[in-house]
Amino acid sequence: MSWKENLINGTNFNPDSLNALQKVTLRAVVMAFLFYGLVAIEGMIMRMVETGKEVAPIPEMFFHPEHFFAIMTAHPIVGIFGSTYQLVFGAFTFLVPYLTKKPLYSIKLANWTWLLITVGTAMAWFAAFAWHYAPLYTLYWPLPVDTKQFSEVGGIVFIVGVALIMLGTFGFIYNIYATIFARVGVHKDKTTKELLISGFGIDGMLNLFNKLRGKQPYSKEPALALPVVAIFRGTVDTFLDAIVILGAGVLVLVYLIADLGGLHWDMNAIDALLYKNWFWWGLDLVADGLVLIYVAGSWYLLATLITGQKLFMENVARAALMLELLVSWMVWSHHLLSDQPQPEMMKLISGEMVTAFELLTQGLALFITLVTLWKARPLKMTMELKYLLGGLVGFGLAVPAGIIQADMGLNRVLHNTQWIIGAHVHIAIIVGLYMTLYSAVYVLWPIVTNNTKLYSHKLSNAHFWLHLIGGIGMGAFMGMAGLDGMLRRHLYVHGEFNPLMIFAAVCGTMLLAAWAIFLYNIVMSVGIKGLVGIFMPAKDPTPSYGIDEELEPADDPAFAK
Amino acid sequence: MTFSNSLELLSFHWVVYTIYAFMIISIVAWFGYNLGRKEKVKSIVRIPFYGYMAFLVIMGVGHHIFTYNAIPWVSQDITRHNTKPDARYKIEVGDHKWRLPKTPIIVQCGQTIAFDVSSDDLTYGFGLFRQDGTMVLQMQVDPGHNNDIYWTFNHNGDFDLTSTEYSGPAQYNEEGEDLMLVKHFMKVVGCDKGGKQ
Repeated sequence: MSWKENLINGTNFNPDSLNALQKVTLRAVVMAFLFYGLVAIEGMIMRMVETGKEVAPIPEMFFHPEHFFAIMTAHPIVGIFGSTYQLVFGAFTFLVPYLTKKPLYSIKLANWTWLLITVGTAMAWFAAFAWHYAPLYTLYWPLPVDTKQFSEVGGIVFIVGVALIMLGTFGFIYNIYATIFARVGVHKDKTTKELLISGFGIDGMLNLFNKLRGKQPYSKEPALALPVVAIFRGTVDTFLDAIVILGAGVLVLVYLIADLGGLHWDMNAIDALLYKNWFWWGLDLVADGLVLIYVAGSWYLLATLITGQKLFMENVARAALMLELLVSWMVWSHHLLSDQPQPEMMKLISGEMVTAFELLTQGLALFITLVTLWKARPLKMTMELKYLLGGLVGFGLAVPAGIIQADMGLNRVLHNTQWIIGAHVHIAIIVGLYMTLYSAVYVLWPIVTNNTKLYSHKLSNAHFWLHLIGGIGMGAFMGMAGLDGMLRRHLYVHGEFNPLMIFAAVCGTMLLAAWAIFLYNIVMSVGIKGLVGIFMPAKDPTPSYGIDEELEPADDPAFAK
Repeated sequence: MTFSNSLELLSFHWVVYTIYAFMIISIVAWFGYNLGRKEKVKSIVRIPFYGYMAFLVIMGVGHHIFTYNAIPWVSQDITRHNTKPDARYKIEVGDHKWRLPKTPIIVQCGQTIAFDVSSDDLTYGFGLFRQDGTMVLQMQVDPGHNNDIYWTFNHNGDFDLTSTEYSGPAQYNEEGEDLMLVKHFMKVVGCDKGGKQ
């Protein structure tokens, strides 16, 4: 097949053979990777600016503060919601019916979910692009309503965009819970109570408790598979987080609309510190609740699919998910260790001590995953296994970096530096989270695309190494610059932290190149026709997968060669 | 072990974390390499599960106990309301402008200084930096609240001040220069070369 034919038709991908569940999953995934490209370009622009006017071969406009901080505001919205949320939601929308052997509650709602998140992300991005609305994702009160610096219209468009993302999120949550609680198929005889107990991991905890007392297990066959428990549990935090962000959005929106109507309300009517606590409580549920729990669940799923064996210490893993429920709700104060009016006891208990538990819960997930893999050796080093190991490295680096900075002594000199955003956040997201998600993509690829042959295994490998080295390298150089005093939300236009910023930009370029290679590989596999076909209505309306015939995802025909 | 300033602490932190980073990457790489091997692999060390969990607990909790004892500004911060500083400076900020004491701030080595910073409008940051750009200290400045920090200076220095929290693009001019940067905001004098009095 010629290159041109490959580009148009793909390898052997046939979008007409996909059912409704497969199509809606792929739509979210396609949008997620397009937004990832946007976020990688934005990130590179900022990296280039930090290398200084004298070095960076980019237009002068990017060095202007309005432009620079508008990009910095859009960057996490596009990255977290447009890309990560979409990818995770898309994958879980497929996995929950697949693992529970039940149909998805509503394909229509799943379509609304990716559409709302896509439109919402685009609106938030456009508000930053067109009006330079730039209060950053933290929205510290009263900056988002500071109309001396920002346009009201820009603010309204931004907030409506974020609100649409949250509405899409609610759609996903409803769909997931409605599917889990549907009493059909294997859950026909289960009660809501049984499903709830299993969803929260309580059965695992009771099994452990009974084992210690020498009694029979509470439940030999838990109602929900462990990855579904992680999805169930993580979605609780997703819900709470959406409520908080939506609540903050409504507050900002009301002020902006009032301002537009000529009413200049007192911004000090809202206590900035109380707002900060409320907002960080919700926002932290994304990082410390949703991400860590979803990731732990994904590791467990991937380890069992790759090895084809039962998870090691499954009851402990279930109980740990229950423990994480308490931990993730009580750790937000580590974001306020540098806020002097914040009560010291909250800093000590929530900010330091409870936060330290995350080392335990994430360390446990790492241990269980590694042992599960080890017990099944020898294993073939497939792409999904490589990416899973990359994801483990990412969190192995980023979680301790987070625990280190969640300390009253170190936070005094690390808060708001590039250490936080580089060594912790970017390594957690780019290396830890994305490599885990790429592993899931490679595991699910043959299932969701009906055994479409991947265009090039070599390109997959190139993507892997560029992403891994670029991700760790960029985070490391940013982290080093942070230790040298470089702030994270600050504009440097003279390359004050070179050569570290030049090295970080080189690594960022590797990340961007990795994405381009991945995209090329996928487009060449599904073809432009196939890509368009994904967005066409499905001929087969089936909202489930594999109920009648079993497919073993670890037997990956796409990589048989 | 006691760190007398941020440079000592961050150098230590750099070394420890770098060793850790190479260690965790090497462990997973070794693990990945051996996952594919057919022959039996001899473990270098056998870590029992409970030993591993105990290690995590010790690291998580011990880290804070260590820093509480080794970093002097932690206990100073917690007990600051019962401490009498050698000098207190009130600083106000609003509309992206500092309102600073009229006389230059010159601190004698070993003195404990209290900075009281208040904001009229937005959330700012109060950060002191050495001439090479490294950070001495920082805190958030929340509007409508008292933001105070006590600090004992053990090394000579010439420090700049700027806001460490983003408060909108108005902090900069069109060329991207930081308008809140106060060069040579304060000086510490009278310390020996090694940092002691």
